[in-house]
Amino acid sequence: MIIAERKPLEEIKNMLSGYKEILVVGCRTCVTICWAGGEKEVGILSSQLKLASSREGNELSILEATVERQCEKEMVIEELRDKVQEVEAILSMGCGVGVQTIAEIFEEKPVFPALNTTFIGMPEAEGVWVEKCGACGDCMLYWTGGICPVVRCAKGLLNGPCGGTRRGGKCEVDPEKDCAWVLIYRRLEKQGRLDLMERYYEPKNYRAVKRPGRIEAATA
Amino acid sequence: MNRDDSKIVAFCCEHSAYQAANKAGRMRLHYPDNVRIIRVPCAGRVDVQHILKAFEKGAAGVLVMGCQEGACQHLTGNTRARERVKYTDSLLKEVGIDGSRVRMVNLGPDMGQQFVAEVKEMAEKIEGEMRR
Repeated sequence: MIIAERKPLEEIKNMLSGYKEILVVGCRTCVTICWAGGEKEVGILSSQLKLASSREGNELSILEATVERQCEKEMVIEELRDKVQEVEAILSMGCGVGVQTIAEIFEEKPVFPALNTTFIGMPEAEGVWVEKCGACGDCMLYWTGGICPVVRCAKGLLNGPCGGTRRGGKCEVDPEKDCAWVLIYRRLEKQGRLDLMERYYEPKNYRAVKRPGRIEAATA
Repeated sequence: MNRDDSKIVAFCCEHSAYQAANKAGRMRLHYPDNVRIIRVPCAGRVDVQHILKAFEKGAAGVLVMGCQEGACQHLTGNTRARERVKYTDSLLKEVGIDGSRVRMVNLGPDMGQQFVAEVKEMAEKIEGEMRR
């Protein structure tokens, strides 16, 4: 899923300066799971904005809404159509895709991002999320035991560890993190596929996805 | 000072702090009249949003009062409440409300005097800050 973090309140306040009627929009999908932009976070940010603005003598009128998936036009239209008419600006607590979906539908209203979208990852423990996929468009997980060296190795190396691996299989760059190539070695060892470690892999094609990416299903 | 500006909301766990407040009443102990007690089934029921909403509606301070450490009827409600209070404090600091206007207090059901002392301390703290 997509992982995001909320921007500092000061930055959000600066973005919104000049606007008095704001619609804060959350998303019930990825950003709810990573505690960044779900219904609860919408309530918290709205309270903070109301408190901050009333202390500054410039009280904001805030409406709240949470869309099932901010990246789906139909859901955004259904949930926000009426509320958008009542505000001057929209503050999206979705990922970058959510922000752009809302901005595309309601072109006449400015849409501001309340989050920084950071990576594609998964929850590791309560309140901890880790990056797992770089969306490179040329997946090589089949020969690395299901562990991606592109994002899980700090240097993105494709042919084994860098030589700086620390004792206990930790990374040279960050001793808190595991060396991806040690993990790959151990995984392949369990599978009896260590021969893959001896294979040479040519430089990766990082232009497999032409930006901006677009895919059309064969049946479309 | 206007009493309406200095309201304190005390979320009280019905197993401990609420009973402590009752005991304070039975003991005829005096405590500030600007305290509004909200009975909750457990301090762990009090969410960040409840606390923020209290400030939004004009509270000057919030007390989350639960069972003593290790004595929560729901096992971890009071420890969760402590974490939430800590987090809410950081959110309040972001909006410029500083000085620990939200506090977690652990009480036993018979600690009427301690209840009064905690409430008085918060009231005096707010009064002092408002005079400045």
